[in-house]
Amino acid sequence: MDTISFANAIESAIAQAMSADSRIIIMGEDVQLLRMNLFARFGSSRVINTPISESAFLGAGVTAAMSGLRPIIEIMLIDFIGVAIDGLLNHAAKIESFSGNKWNVPMVVRASCGGGYGDGGQHEQSLWGWLAHIPGLTVVVPSTPFDATGLMMSSILHEGPVVYLEHKLLSDYWLDYMGKGGRDKLDFDVPVDGASGFVPDKCKPIPIGKAAIRKEGKDLSMISVGVGVHRSLEAAKILDEEGISVEVIDLRTVSPLDKTTILDSVQKTERLLVVDEDYEQFGLSGELAAMILENDISFKYKRVCTTDTIPYSHPREKMIIPNTKRIVDTALLF
Amino acid sequence: MDTLTMLQIYKQMLRSRVFEEHVINLWNKGYIFGEMHTSIGEEGIVAGILNHLKEGDALALDHRGTCPSIIRGIDPKSLMLEFLGHKKGLCSGNGGHMHIFSKEKLVASSGIVGSSGPAAAGFALAAKQLNPGNVSVAFFGEGAMNQGMLMESMNFASVLKLPVLFVCKNNEWAITTRSSSVTAGKLADRAKAFKIPAHELNGADVEKVWNVAKIAFTRARSGKGPTFVHATCTRPHMHLLGDPLLRIVNEPLKELKQVAGPLLKSATSSGGAAIQKRLGSLTKITSLIGKTAMGKLFKENDPLLRVKKRLRGEKEKLELISEEVKTEMDTMINEVLKLNEKIKL
Repeated sequence: MDTISFANAIESAIAQAMSADSRIIIMGEDVQLLRMNLFARFGSSRVINTPISESAFLGAGVTAAMSGLRPIIEIMLIDFIGVAIDGLLNHAAKIESFSGNKWNVPMVVRASCGGGYGDGGQHEQSLWGWLAHIPGLTVVVPSTPFDATGLMMSSILHEGPVVYLEHKLLSDYWLDYMGKGGRDKLDFDVPVDGASGFVPDKCKPIPIGKAAIRKEGKDLSMISVGVGVHRSLEAAKILDEEGISVEVIDLRTVSPLDKTTILDSVQKTERLLVVDEDYEQFGLSGELAAMILENDISFKYKRVCTTDTIPYSHPREKMIIPNTKRIVDTALLF
Repeated sequence: MDTLTMLQIYKQMLRSRVFEEHVINLWNKGYIFGEMHTSIGEEGIVAGILNHLKEGDALALDHRGTCPSIIRGIDPKSLMLEFLGHKKGLCSGNGGHMHIFSKEKLVASSGIVGSSGPAAAGFALAAKQLNPGNVSVAFFGEGAMNQGMLMESMNFASVLKLPVLFVCKNNEWAITTRSSSVTAGKLADRAKAFKIPAHELNGADVEKVWNVAKIAFTRARSGKGPTFVHATCTRPHMHLLGDPLLRIVNEPLKELKQVAGPLLKSATSSGGAAIQKRLGSLTKITSLIGKTAMGKLFKENDPLLRVKKRLRGEKEKLELISEEVKTEMDTMINEVLKLNEKIKL
């Protein structure tokens, strides 16, 4: 076991996978520099720089995957998927069904996501719920280096399309590139336990669709994903002092949901607070409520989500994106 | 171009330059958050085009909208407050530098590469039907020329004879990738294939841009359709402030230390490509870093220096302009500071 950064954990999984399977390629803008270490080891035919043409190289990734390659398609920021959404929505997600389950698309779309570093509403979205809405897409969002490496490994091994989202507050190089730019005085609320941690030397896949209970509790279930998990854990600590015992569940996979873990927890606590950095309306938070109701469990429900277009202003974005205080205040309303 | 016009254009470019120098200072000190893409080096292209604009003409900007906004007449104070995320900013602090919007001046910008193409086409469609004689301008980099929506809008504008100027500002870098390595053919040929007249020129020469723009605006205003302007430029700050490649060049000891160790370790790990391929990758990385040293190139291609040289007979007037601009921007900064007590310069 070794302590490494979230970003290095992902790279370590990809390097191990690429070295074991020559069909794996990386394609995206600037990847020969962004993934300099992999480029230096695997060369230009496996780490392919693309033009700024997301619809072309994501769309091409779909059929490349259908005909023998295992592409990791890099969309720098998940916000930019807007340009290439057709490849995901109408093709990658549907080919397996259209072909009568006879043809599959083993492709990973890797993108950075999330906000909190002052980059505004076209660069800081999460969009995992929006993507998980589409049948046929698997959506994973790791919150620790351990999960980052294991989920990357399982995403690469998965036989269908996976959207793999890495939060910019967890990936140090993204935060440096997009937020700090070499400046050291800036104050970002980086979750320490997410940005670096223990990772095994030989990386093992973590099953897709399996949540993790980060903290056990009996009064309230807090369900979250990504950076929201760390905010939830901070809030749970404060609530513990108020005598409220909180169970924190890290979904790790948004689609498919780990229904068993979710249902067991909410059945026990009878209270659910969803902490979701994605948009509040028509998304993950509502889906969780519906799914639990469909299973005939009675519970009280609240949510802390991103409620509007993310403003550029740093103090105001910190209010719009779920923060620890909002989580605590909302939990106290139960 | 007469001397008076050239002096006027010089003043506009200088206003933008001095404004952006204040931006850099505030960004360096951490008061402006997130990314910052400056337009330094693009002033010749922007000023040459914008000097033909009339009231009612629209601008579709990319993520590098500062210079066009300043020259179009957006109040510098409201723009600076916007970059600081202040409630009194142009967009109440909601937009920041990548999302500059002025309904009054028909200026719209976006951080999505290539999106100024469709935006300009829509402005032009509305102008054609509601305000004939008005036009729109799309600014974008050469990296955006590989984005489908930009190519689609050029075709669209051509078949509908929309009054658009598609202005490509080519600095030869698509983020940190050499554009020539990901772009096939000549850009002007793409426009020509859509039956759009194309002009290629050095964007550091504002007079050349101004002359070409005059032809393009006349064509657009008379209902004959779009024009493509392909102008080269050098941006000393590359893609964004704190550009990772530039940092390696500027502070090799500090920055290389972080990069070199993992790079060599990975390049020599067992499992992977043949040694020849690995060496090819390493050579490409070092060559990219080498090409980033912009100092000398920018001196040759600084549009402001060029105009200054042309106007060397007007020394007094140039000094007067320089004094006026300095005073204007100093006053602006002082007023901005009054509204932001936390900022210490």
